[in-house]
Amino acid sequence: MEELIVTPDTQLACKPSDYRSDLKPVWCPGCGDYHVLMAFTRAFAQLAVPAEQIAVISGIGCSSRIPAYTNCYGFHGVHGRSLALASGLKVTRPDLTVVVASGDGDGYSIGGNHFLHACRRNIDMTYVVMDNRVYGMTKGQPSPTTEPDFDTAISPGGTGLSPFHPLVNALASGANFIARCFAGEPNETAAILVEAIRHPGFSFVEILSPCVTYRPDQKQWKDLVHPAPVAATNDPAKAARRIMTDDGFNIGILYRGERRPYQPKFQPQSLDPSVLEQEFEI
Amino acid sequence: MSKTPGAPTVSTLADLFGAAYQIEIDAVERYAMLADQMEIHNNPEMVDVFRDLARAEGIHAEEIRRQAGAIDVVAQARRIGKWTKGESPEEVDLAAAHYMMTPWHALQMALAGEKRAVAFFTHIAETAKDQKVVQMAAEFVEEETEHVNLVHRLLRKYPAPPESWRQDLDPPISQE
Repeated sequence: MEELIVTPDTQLACKPSDYRSDLKPVWCPGCGDYHVLMAFTRAFAQLAVPAEQIAVISGIGCSSRIPAYTNCYGFHGVHGRSLALASGLKVTRPDLTVVVASGDGDGYSIGGNHFLHACRRNIDMTYVVMDNRVYGMTKGQPSPTTEPDFDTAISPGGTGLSPFHPLVNALASGANFIARCFAGEPNETAAILVEAIRHPGFSFVEILSPCVTYRPDQKQWKDLVHPAPVAATNDPAKAARRIMTDDGFNIGILYRGERRPYQPKFQPQSLDPSVLEQEFEI
Repeated sequence: MSKTPGAPTVSTLADLFGAAYQIEIDAVERYAMLADQMEIHNNPEMVDVFRDLARAEGIHAEEIRRQAGAIDVVAQARRIGKWTKGESPEEVDLAAAHYMMTPWHALQMALAGEKRAVAFFTHIAETAKDQKVVQMAAEFVEEETEHVNLVHRLLRKYPAPPESWRQDLDPPISQE
């Protein structure tokens, strides 16, 4: 049975459906984010972490709707600020499994600076970016990862700008685990998410998640993706070379660092509201 | 023992029933998801089609549970879990969904899934060492083949839509 996702007897109580809420997603039919949601719930079931011990934090955008579709604690936050929220949560509640969901606009543009510093801080959480190289929710504007020649009404002939390279930036900024997945492979994605969540420190997982409405050309991604030909490395120099020279469709774990996660010594404070109010007294 | 990458290894009758049950349950979940999507996107005809397909797969799952007798197929299916690579044969392709899709498209999805199931069980029937597994896999091949034929019959009722099927008079458009 070595080919199977092994579920020890102690984990049999967890099913992916245990992690789904009753809300029906509003994503467009065919959207890659449905697969990502499946990957999330399958990963959580494999980890067998109770839903109430997981927090899914997000910003704004199609992908950021995902906390509502899970049964875990969630926070659908401010645009680009999901990592700030998640960092605060994780340092005060290190017992929680913190998973952050974002898109390429929310994560790399509005939240770009938070991304760099979250990598640098290396707090033990997992950052999942559903990259469709377009702002889908606001009707198809180019995002930081959009190709320079993507022709739209708002950017005739394309932006002409070099796309942001999230994996290179994550590595340079200190992320401790870097992987790329394809949404159309939810089981493979779930397996990588399990490893990302288990890996100490800041894990960054980019998921290529097609936008079928504004980027119908991305339906071809399923024919372009391919498994990473070599195993993950813990050598940043090797990882840098690999990430900078791959074709952008290399799927798998690309880097597993060994940096110690940042976890400040937290002194629990009184949760008495009157104590908190004193801080803001005029 | 399966040519499908990531598929469970089927060596015993319990493995086979577990895999067969899991395939049907996966199909039920997938069709239910698609029905929900169509409900959200106001395509009521497709809501009914996908709910019917989910119901049919659920009935088949129950039949497998009965056929299994003393074998606890639910526990076996849980032990097997999800396919590690790709998806189980009757998990239709979510990426092929479209908010204006028609019953013909749904049946094409179903047809592809049933054909994958035939191939899955055929391979087991041809390669299993345990004769009980061979015999049962051959029965599943027959059942899945009947499902293929059923979908073909339904396709006569729902012919291919015109080329313009995805033409939306009020489409989502890029911001100008």
